[in-house]
Amino acid sequence: MIELEGITKAFGKKQVLRGVNLSVGRGQSLVVIGGSGTGKSVLLKCILGLIQPDDGVIRLDGQDVREAPRDAFLARFGMLFQGGALFDSLPVWQNVAFRLLRGSLKRPRTEAREIALEKLRRVGLGEEVLDLFPAELSGGMQKRVSLARAIAAEPEVIFFDEPTTGLDPIMAGVINQLIREIVTEMGATAITITHDMTSVRAIADQVAMLHDGRVQWAGSIAEMDTTSDPYVQQFIHGRAEGPIAALR
Amino acid sequence: MIAHALAALGRGALAALAGIGRIALYAGSGVAHLLRPPYYPREFLQALLQIGWLSLPVVGLTAVFTGAALALQIYAGSSRFSAESVVPSITAIGMVRELGPVLGGLMVAARVASSIAAEVGTMKVTEQIDALVTLSTHPMKYLTAPRLLAATLSVPILVGVGDIIGIMGGWMVGTGRLGFNSTTYLKNTWEYLEFWDVGSGLVKGAAFGFIIALMGCYYGMNSERGAQGVGRATKSAVVAASIAILAANYLLTEAFFSA
Repeated sequence: MIELEGITKAFGKKQVLRGVNLSVGRGQSLVVIGGSGTGKSVLLKCILGLIQPDDGVIRLDGQDVREAPRDAFLARFGMLFQGGALFDSLPVWQNVAFRLLRGSLKRPRTEAREIALEKLRRVGLGEEVLDLFPAELSGGMQKRVSLARAIAAEPEVIFFDEPTTGLDPIMAGVINQLIREIVTEMGATAITITHDMTSVRAIADQVAMLHDGRVQWAGSIAEMDTTSDPYVQQFIHGRAEGPIAALR
Repeated sequence: MIAHALAALGRGALAALAGIGRIALYAGSGVAHLLRPPYYPREFLQALLQIGWLSLPVVGLTAVFTGAALALQIYAGSSRFSAESVVPSITAIGMVRELGPVLGGLMVAARVASSIAAEVGTMKVTEQIDALVTLSTHPMKYLTAPRLLAATLSVPILVGVGDIIGIMGGWMVGTGRLGFNSTTYLKNTWEYLEFWDVGSGLVKGAAFGFIIALMGCYYGMNSERGAQGVGRATKSAVVAASIAILAANYLLTEAFFSA
C-alpha cells in the first residue's frame, strides 16, 4: 500500500535520510525503531508531505503521492503526534471532530459532536471531557484524545509518532492495547515510531530498524528476536556496547 | 579590514532584503488565501473579538491621554502668538491625521502582534501546525487569512473610536484647565475638521492593521524550536510591526498630503 524508494533528506549539512526503501502492505502494522535523531519522524513527515524529501519516490497504492490531489490524499490519513498536538484554543470535542466540522468531510455540528463522543468512548473517555480544553487534561488523557482525533474520520492509514512517550508504564500499556485494537478493528494500515520495546511487541506485525539514514534491518516481529543483526540486538536489549555509538 | 567590514555590511543588507522579500511573498500568499475558499468565519469572528474588541481599552486610554497632552502642548505653543483659539482644531487634526492612527497602531502592535506571534509560534513548536495540515486544513487559510482580514477591518474602527476619545481628552483639558467654553470648543473642532483628515487616518489604520497581523503570523509561523524560539519570534514581530507602521505612516502621509 505504501512504498518508499530511495528517500533522502538533508537539513543543511546534516544528512538525515540516505536512501530509505520500505514498504507496508494494506492492513499491516509496521513499527519503525531506531536511535534518537535517526530520522524516524522525518520519514513520517516525508510521507505526509509535511517535509519534502530531496530525492526518492513515495507511492500510495502505486500512485506517486506528489501527483495525488492533496486534500483527497490527506483525507486517507490520521496521525497521532508525539506531544498530542491538540489545539489549545478548541474544546476536546472540537479537536476530535476537527475534520468533521470543515472541508470535504463536513457534517452538522450535532452529528460531529456525536461522532466525537463515540470516538472518545472508544478510547476510554466519557462525556465529561467533551467541553474541557486540552490544558485541563492529564498527559494520558491528551494522548487518548489525540488518538480519538486520529481515528475520527476513519482513515485508511494511521501514523503513531512515539505514542507512549511521557506516559507511565500502565498508561503506556493502555495506549498500546488501544492502538492494536483500533488498527485491527478498522483494518487500517499503521506505521508507528517508537523507542519503547513493549510498544513494539504490542503493536507490530512488521518491524524496520532505521540506522544512519537507511533501513538497517526489516522483518516480522517474530524474526526480530532471533535475528543475528548486531544493530537490532544492541537496540532491543538496550546495550551500551555494540555497533551503534552510545554518544551520537 | 575594510573589505571585511564591507563584506559584513553587504551580507547584512542582503539578509535584510531577503527577509523583506520573504515577508512580501508571505503577505501575497496570505491575501491569495483570503480571496479563495474555503473560508473560516468562526476563526475570523474570534480574531475580530481578540484584535478589535479586546484592544478597545488600550486604544481608548492611549487616545484620551494623548488628546489631553496634545491640547496642553498646542495651547502652550499657540499662546506665544496669541492664537489660543486654534487649540480645538489643531488638536483634532493632529489626533485624526497622525497621533490617533500611529499611537493606536503601535499600541495594537504591542498587544496583538505579540499575542499572535506567541500563539502561532507555540502551535508551530508543538506540532499543531503540522496537525492542521494532516487534518486537511491549510495553515495560511485557517490561521493567517482570518487574522489579516480581522486586523485590516478592526484597526480602522479602533482608530476611529480612538480619534473621538482623543478629541474628548483635548476637550476635557480645554474646558477644565484652559478655560475654553465647551460649545465653542466642540464647534471649532467640528468646523475645521475635513472629511479627508478623518478618512486618511482610517486608511492608515487599515494598513497598520494588515501590517500587525502580517508580522504576528509571519514570525509565529517561522518560530524556531523551544521557549527561546517563541520568545524571539514574539519580540521580532513587535519590533518589525512597529518599525513597519512608522515607515508606512511616513509613506502614506507623503502620498496623501505632500502636494
